Amino acid sequence: MSSSAAQPFWRAAGMTYVTYSNLCASLVRQCLKEPYRSEALSREKVHFNVSKWVDGKPEKPTIRTDTPE
Amino acid sequence: MLRHGSRSLFNRASASSMRWRRQFSTGLPAETAEDTKFVESWKKMNPNMDPPKTPSAYMKPRPPTPANIPSKLTVNLVLPYDSVLSSKEVDMVIVPATTGQMGVLPGHVATIAELKPGILSVHEGNDVTKYFLSSGFAFVHANSVADIIAIEATPVDRLDPNLVQKGLADFQQKLNTASTDVEKTEAQIGIDVHSALNAALTG
Repeated sequence: MSSSAAQPFWRAAGMTYVTYSNLCASLVRQCLKEPYRSEALSREKVHFNVSKWVDGKPEKPTIRTDTPE
Repeated sequence: MLRHGSRSLFNRASASSMRWRRQFSTGLPAETAEDTKFVESWKKMNPNMDPPKTPSAYMKPRPPTPANIPSKLTVNLVLPYDSVLSSKEVDMVIVPATTGQMGVLPGHVATIAELKPGILSVHEGNDVTKYFLSSGFAFVHANSVADIIAIEATPVDRLDPNLVQKGLADFQQKLNTASTDVEKTEAQIGIDVHSALNAALTG
């Protein structure tokens, strides 16, 4: 095989299907009329914290959140 | 206790295959839930113990393909947060596959299609319902069941034309000023989605 199969442009640029699909959905949500738009954007909110583990101990977590504290 | 389990499994499998033989004589069979090769080789090595169940025994067998093409297509349109259509009997759906608009009628060959942002139209008699899908997949099964999955699906009247035009202009500008591959890709995706939205609103 000389070349790999033809790839969609987003995969050729290093993006995964999940990222592509979520990006498309987010763009569609931003084009909705009110009140659907506010309902839809509330669906996009995330809240999580990530901590890396080094030598068996967790480091300080980074909190990623869209909900106001 | 194990003996009763395997007996009821065999009874269930043979009963369903007998039912199949009576109703659909020429259609594709439902795949049975047992692993016959494994069971036979187990019995040869160890005839006194009941064979253990393999993972395929726990799987639901593929539903049988009817011999006659059904008159209606069963459609399921599911999103991560809602099932918009759930086993709805329709005449035809047109899905926006990456290879073009694909019409699915009852009796369609089993297909998996990746979808691009576009319109899904559901035809039932004289009614046509249109949904704009953000992207997803369509699975058509041999028994005339179509599963369409997407992340966002909205009726076209919930889209705001001004926001669509503004978005299209924004992303066209972003594509002109983009420098890295990632920026160019994001701008291109923005243009694709907004052009599809535009076509949905005007078409």
